[in-house]
Amino acid sequence: MQFGIFSVSDVTTDPTTGRTPTEHERIKAMVAIAVKAEEVGLDVFASGEHHNRPFVASSPTTMLGYVAAQTEKLILSTSTTLITTNDPVKIAEDFSMLQHLADGRVDVMMGRGNTGPVYPWFGKDIRQGIPLALENYNLLHRLWREDVVDWEGKFRTPLQGFTSTPRPLDEVPPFVWHGSIRSPEIAEQAAYYGDGFFHNNIFWPATHTRKLISLYRRRFEHYGHGGADQAIVGLGGQVFMRKNSQDAVKEFRPYFDNAPVYGGGPSLEEFTRETPLTVGSPQEVIDRTLGFREMFGDYQRQLFLMDHAGLPLKTVLEQLDLLGEEVVPVLRKEFAAMKPAHVPDAPTHASLLAAKEQAATKTEETR
Amino acid sequence: MTRKLVTVTAGMSNPSSTRLLADRLTAAAEEAMVERDEKVEARVVELREVAHDIMNAMTTRVPTGELPGVLSDIADADGIIAVTPVFNASYSGLFKSFFDVIEPGTLDGTPVLIAATGGSPRHSLVLEHALRPMFSYARSVVVPTGVYAASEDWGAGDGGGRELSERIDRAARQLAILATEHTSDKVDPYEEPTSFADLMSGLGT
Repeated sequence: MQFGIFSVSDVTTDPTTGRTPTEHERIKAMVAIAVKAEEVGLDVFASGEHHNRPFVASSPTTMLGYVAAQTEKLILSTSTTLITTNDPVKIAEDFSMLQHLADGRVDVMMGRGNTGPVYPWFGKDIRQGIPLALENYNLLHRLWREDVVDWEGKFRTPLQGFTSTPRPLDEVPPFVWHGSIRSPEIAEQAAYYGDGFFHNNIFWPATHTRKLISLYRRRFEHYGHGGADQAIVGLGGQVFMRKNSQDAVKEFRPYFDNAPVYGGGPSLEEFTRETPLTVGSPQEVIDRTLGFREMFGDYQRQLFLMDHAGLPLKTVLEQLDLLGEEVVPVLRKEFAAMKPAHVPDAPTHASLLAAKEQAATKTEETR
Repeated sequence: MTRKLVTVTAGMSNPSSTRLLADRLTAAAEEAMVERDEKVEARVVELREVAHDIMNAMTTRVPTGELPGVLSDIADADGIIAVTPVFNASYSGLFKSFFDVIEPGTLDGTPVLIAATGGSPRHSLVLEHALRPMFSYARSVVVPTGVYAASEDWGAGDGGGRELSERIDRAARQLAILATEHTSDKVDPYEEPTSFADLMSGLGT
């Protein structure tokens, strides 16, 4: 099982000090957080992609390339890459390039983006969100697998004899996750390709998340990629920890009450009851996260949202220490002990390369 | 089979004239459905009891407290009775907010009886200019008779309340006919998704 963090890259005023970081400070903080993730033993850092304020992460592969140079083991991913408004040709090339620079430590999560006004900034229309995601990904999938592509579709100019460059590292495309919080079409798409499915459940009750994940699992099996319990599932989570539960609640409450995403809505107590948000001791985070497995089955990737709502960098780094030292080692052990042998880990570049070489050897033998 | 009847009332005080009207409509609809040889399971939802949860759902989309149960009863209803007080010449904000947090498509084909209460008969067209269009937009089947009760309809007027009783019975009978024949052809997209091949139809591959 992989553990990591994902950032939405919001620039939010710290409600306890009234201070707002500059874009430069926030970008540098994200890098420091990513580097710290590796230092404390996490597996994945994922960056969101946004083109509107108050977010800074408009160019994830640039940032991830920079993080790649400062890390050795960390898998660099996204949360999400906009498959709707980005040109699939550019996504193919950007992520292949990143794969080469990071020696394969790259995967990518596709998402649509739900902010209507952003679409026309890139010449697109949100009402075509699902068809854009479907057609663009289909092209991207081919560009990574076929050296020469002839293609014609609805949303971009046709391609004739096109080769995207560089080719994926070792001719192994990055593993793809499809992120969706409510669209059965995207669960269907992920299942069709045998790709991973990520549900960012942080704002959703478990009943909703379960519907979407079971759909993906069922259809994954339907399309012949393995059993439903072998489908590749990722989940979000958000936590704030201190040794003592009460200290965590006291310290986090002003951030919760003022955050643009939850301020003015449910109380902290209601929100922690109904959604995965956990504010308390490391043990409470462990228990809550283990509970995900009971609700959604064995899963492969757990990403935590740690740097949001105006939390200062120093606090976020402390949180990562707690996550890496007290939470993740226990979770690794517990999850591993419960996982049946036939349930796979999330694919990595190394595992996909090994599978490819094994398949090639088999073909060789049967000749 | 047992038919599910859900009454939604947005009265502010307890008891309220809105709740009184809601109860009379519920009783009349139950009776009319029983006359049509149907078993009825009726539930009255006081929106003020889930008012905070409605606002939570509106601001964060997270339904808290009792709201998820209410929403699932609404989704399963064979008939809905929706009663609001008139505030500022329209439905109350709470009434509207409740229907705003219901997933689009939920009320598709659901029979709905619309009703409102007000201090003056001058607002009676609120049923036609506010409630009926909203439920038409939700693709509900709104029964022809809407019931509006002003202060004078509770017995102080010329008819001694008889006219209100007649309207209640007529609207309830109309709802009962639709609710006892209600079949849902709603497809749960999480249970029966559109296949990938159909999704890709017309797109470049």
